[in-house]
Amino acid sequence: MICLDLHKTFKTTGGGLTLHLQTEVPKGSFVTLYGPSGAGKTSTLRMIAGLLKPDEGILLVEDVPWFDSSRKINLRVQKRQIGYVFQDYALFPNMTVRENLEYGCPEDSEISIDELLEFMELGQLASRKPQTLSGGQQQRVALARALAQQPKILLLDEPLAALDYKFRLKLQDYLFRIHRDFNFTTIMVSHDIGEISRLSDLVLVIEEGRVVRQGTPDEIFGNRQISGKFRFVGEVQGIEKHDIIYIVSVLVQNQLIKVVAQPSEMRGINMGDKVMIASKAFNPIIYKID
Amino acid sequence: MTDWQPLFLTFKLALVTTLVLLIVSLPLSWWLVHSRSKIKPIIATLVSMPLVLPPTVLGFYFLLAFSPGNAFGSWIDRWLGIQLVFSFGGLVLASVIYSLPFMVHPIQAGLAAVPSSLNEASYVMGKSRWTTLWRVQLPNIKTSLLTGIVLAFAHTVGEFGVVLMIGGNIPGKTKVASIAIYDEVEALNYASANLYSAVLFVITFAILLLVYLINGGYLKRFWK
Repeated sequence: MICLDLHKTFKTTGGGLTLHLQTEVPKGSFVTLYGPSGAGKTSTLRMIAGLLKPDEGILLVEDVPWFDSSRKINLRVQKRQIGYVFQDYALFPNMTVRENLEYGCPEDSEISIDELLEFMELGQLASRKPQTLSGGQQQRVALARALAQQPKILLLDEPLAALDYKFRLKLQDYLFRIHRDFNFTTIMVSHDIGEISRLSDLVLVIEEGRVVRQGTPDEIFGNRQISGKFRFVGEVQGIEKHDIIYIVSVLVQNQLIKVVAQPSEMRGINMGDKVMIASKAFNPIIYKID
Repeated sequence: MTDWQPLFLTFKLALVTTLVLLIVSLPLSWWLVHSRSKIKPIIATLVSMPLVLPPTVLGFYFLLAFSPGNAFGSWIDRWLGIQLVFSFGGLVLASVIYSLPFMVHPIQAGLAAVPSSLNEASYVMGKSRWTTLWRVQLPNIKTSLLTGIVLAFAHTVGEFGVVLMIGGNIPGKTKVASIAIYDEVEALNYASANLYSAVLFVITFAILLLVYLINGGYLKRFWK
């Protein structure tokens, strides 16, 4: 269990932001921080990691205080046993893939670097330097490196944001398998609702430095009144009015889907909105594609 | 009969100065990049001063400060047994300060260009600042280090004003090549002056060329 109650005020030219986060994360869960940019998601990760010092508050990890302003406790980042995958991956350019993993690996480690390289399908690339790898490969190295540390908590800062759709799916698979096999608490920052629904048990919606809602992905993004068999999340790309109905173009993953909508349904929906398309009863066509 | 002493002395001075500078500049550059202290602008200014100040000004104040007739100079003489005026030790100290920006600036720029996430990644992996410096920061600023070393070395070789003011012109002790050249010209020994000059010209050209080749990656291409 991770209990956190942290305050931090940032002074910026735009007026500043006050973070006040209060939440509990069960051990072994996969948590996503979701919210608009500048809401304080990355800062939250950095405070948990010990890279950013909160002004006041308390952070307990399995009953061990990592930060407690009233008792002047601030466990150094080096002592926190955290795996952190940075947005830019932060792979060391002077080391090969294998050396990157070995650098973070504790001496009494139970994890074998070779097994880890195989698990992440990096065996072929072990002696390459990071700058010669593709984005997806670098991402896997960054993940493998974080795992080599045998962390208690894995922190992921929009790890898949820079990748194309195909790689995303593959890496989401990896993430899911790793989280299941290695069994630690994972906290991820993400904007991708599909990704969040697939991976996480708990979503914390953060707005202006506060947790405004929390729940399972279904509770947060789903509409519980629809018991749909098919559900997709997408973004509105176009709205055309035809007599009394609307034709809405929605980008779902990498496909543009046209949906017919009633004027009553279209109330409050604008271009660029995130929407959910669901269908209760219809007859899908199924055919083999290979 | 050519006297090789001044050339030998020049390269000895440059070598010692560069070594001392490397040891001094690493922590200083690290501090200049990472510190948030209020006196940082003042220190940064002092480090850069030798770039704009005439060497004679620097030499003049060294001469005053280190003179045994002066409180500071006599204190050093009495307690440490070192006489800094008209001695090799004094030359080294003056050269270190005179060439400081040439070593500090490249290293500082190199360290500042290392993404902060690399350092943070290293800390997250449980590594201390010291380990991070040796294993992550320095290996990633090799070109800056090389540039600093070579510029400091070459700049010390080319020194004249400071050396003349504080070292004088003592053969075998403080008479470096640049001063010897001036001396020989004054004595109308153009042949000797030409020899010293040519040697300095060729050696500094070769050193700088090597750096540009290495930093430009030409040598790697050639070997592969």
